[in-house]
Amino acid sequence: MINSIDNRSSKVAQTVLAIYCVYLAFPLYWLLAISVQQNADITGAFSILPQEPSLENFMELWTNPVWSRSFINSLTYVAINTILSISLALPAAYAFSRYQFLGDRQLFFWLLTNRMAPPAVFLLPFFQLYSAFGLFDTPLAVGLAHCLFTIPMAVWILEGFMSSIPKDLDEMAKVDGHSFGFFFFRIFIPANWGGIGVTIFFCFMFSWVELLIARTLTGVEAKPIVVTMTRTISASGIDWGVLAAAGVVTIIPGLILVWFVRKRLIQGFALGRVK
Amino acid sequence: MDNRVKDNRAWLGVLPVLLIVAFSGVIPLMTVVNYSFQDILDFDNRFFVGFQWYSQTLNDPRFITAFARQLLFTASILAIEIPLGIMVAKGMPRQGKKATAILLFLAVPLLIPSNVVGTIWQLFARPDIGLMGVSLNYLGWNFNYTASASQAWFTLLAMDIWHWTSLVALLSYSGLRSIPDPYYQAAELDGASHWQTFRWVELPKLKSVLIIATLLRLMDSFMIYTEPLVLTGGGPGSSTTFLSQHLATMAVGQFDLGPAAAFSVIYFLFILLFCWFFYTIVMSESD
Repeated sequence: MINSIDNRSSKVAQTVLAIYCVYLAFPLYWLLAISVQQNADITGAFSILPQEPSLENFMELWTNPVWSRSFINSLTYVAINTILSISLALPAAYAFSRYQFLGDRQLFFWLLTNRMAPPAVFLLPFFQLYSAFGLFDTPLAVGLAHCLFTIPMAVWILEGFMSSIPKDLDEMAKVDGHSFGFFFFRIFIPANWGGIGVTIFFCFMFSWVELLIARTLTGVEAKPIVVTMTRTISASGIDWGVLAAAGVVTIIPGLILVWFVRKRLIQGFALGRVK
Repeated sequence: MDNRVKDNRAWLGVLPVLLIVAFSGVIPLMTVVNYSFQDILDFDNRFFVGFQWYSQTLNDPRFITAFARQLLFTASILAIEIPLGIMVAKGMPRQGKKATAILLFLAVPLLIPSNVVGTIWQLFARPDIGLMGVSLNYLGWNFNYTASASQAWFTLLAMDIWHWTSLVALLSYSGLRSIPDPYYQAAELDGASHWQTFRWVELPKLKSVLIIATLLRLMDSFMIYTEPLVLTGGGPGSSTTFLSQHLATMAVGQFDLGPAAAFSVIYFLFILLFCWFFYTIVMSESD
């Protein structure tokens, strides 16, 4: 019966949505179109449809170890970051959502201030800190450094989801004689899958996307793909085809992630983070 | 938040987060504060200079223009992305396969690395090889964003809207989904207009998600770095050089550690102040 959220003003809003989706699609199409062309064709005659599409640019990425290694580096630190953020944020978010304790509000705001810090501010001290611990040029350094921004976010999101779960759940588990560990891991975390899905999305959204810190904390060994991309400028100018192909490749992990957590994500976004 | 139990043992749950954030947040921040009071020729040769770098930064015309530019940019994208995001969310189907498909599609730009976003828009907007650039020139607009400051701004705004409106839309969607049908039926019975329904039924329910969306966009747009760097390189001239880029040039490019650190501290304090103001004003209204 009801097609859109607000069926009364849906005509205008649906038109806006349709136009917006087209707006999203055009640059993506163009990236794809350029990625299957050779440099001479790209800079030569302009045409909306690729004249001689080929996968040569992608083969270049596949066969050149610099590209594949940096791709794996990026995935490694994103995974480290996401796992660390979620596993540390879960108990903290639980504490914030269920207990009053000394300085809880101040602590919560202080955590968030870290999310507000511009990464550019931390470049040099990060470099010195992680060099001092011998972590420079490792995926672990980037994963840890990104935690400064993803953990506050994770605590914030998870706290919202946990607060929307009635405390009866906690008390019922106690009445049923379950230990706290059993309750937390077997009852409470499964009840929060939606929130965890949204949190993974946000961690990935920061860590995979970030360039400045990742570039500062890595040299040759742990070079992430976003940095490799900034170095495609050779003596003959920019190789637009390879650059576009690399762009296409960097979109794929995001697509896979969204596909896998789609149910949680929809559930999470649909549940609403409304207190 | 009200029916929480008082128990200081909850600190144990927060402790791991505290330790890791202190390690990667407090130590670097203190380093920056420390640098900001020193003149560093090299690491063995430094002098205490007090507030010299602070007064220098605050009187530096380049800092002031970069700051004004930053404010204009942030204000512009907030003014466009928040209403647009709400509209997009309102147009979404309530549930079903179509809703899932649109949600997933909207999420795509959010997961593209920021330098790739810059690259995409560079490829898209260039007047020689870009679909948009060539089309606009074909339509008779002499478009070259690398030569004109206003066109560089136009392209930059178009890119940021492309990249981030989805976030506002997804959050608004989650807020709208939490409104039960009877609310709408009641509004309809009362003969409320579209605007009245939005103002009195939807907006109050959207408030908390819109706070999150606005805060996130405020913080992130204030630290925008990579996208303009890739797209325009801060130019033409310095017409699209924002605070982060200015800072990175100082710290890494010219190795002016003291002034760069003072700049960092001022920059960080400004963001804090903004978010805190916004947060307390919105929160006090709701009480």
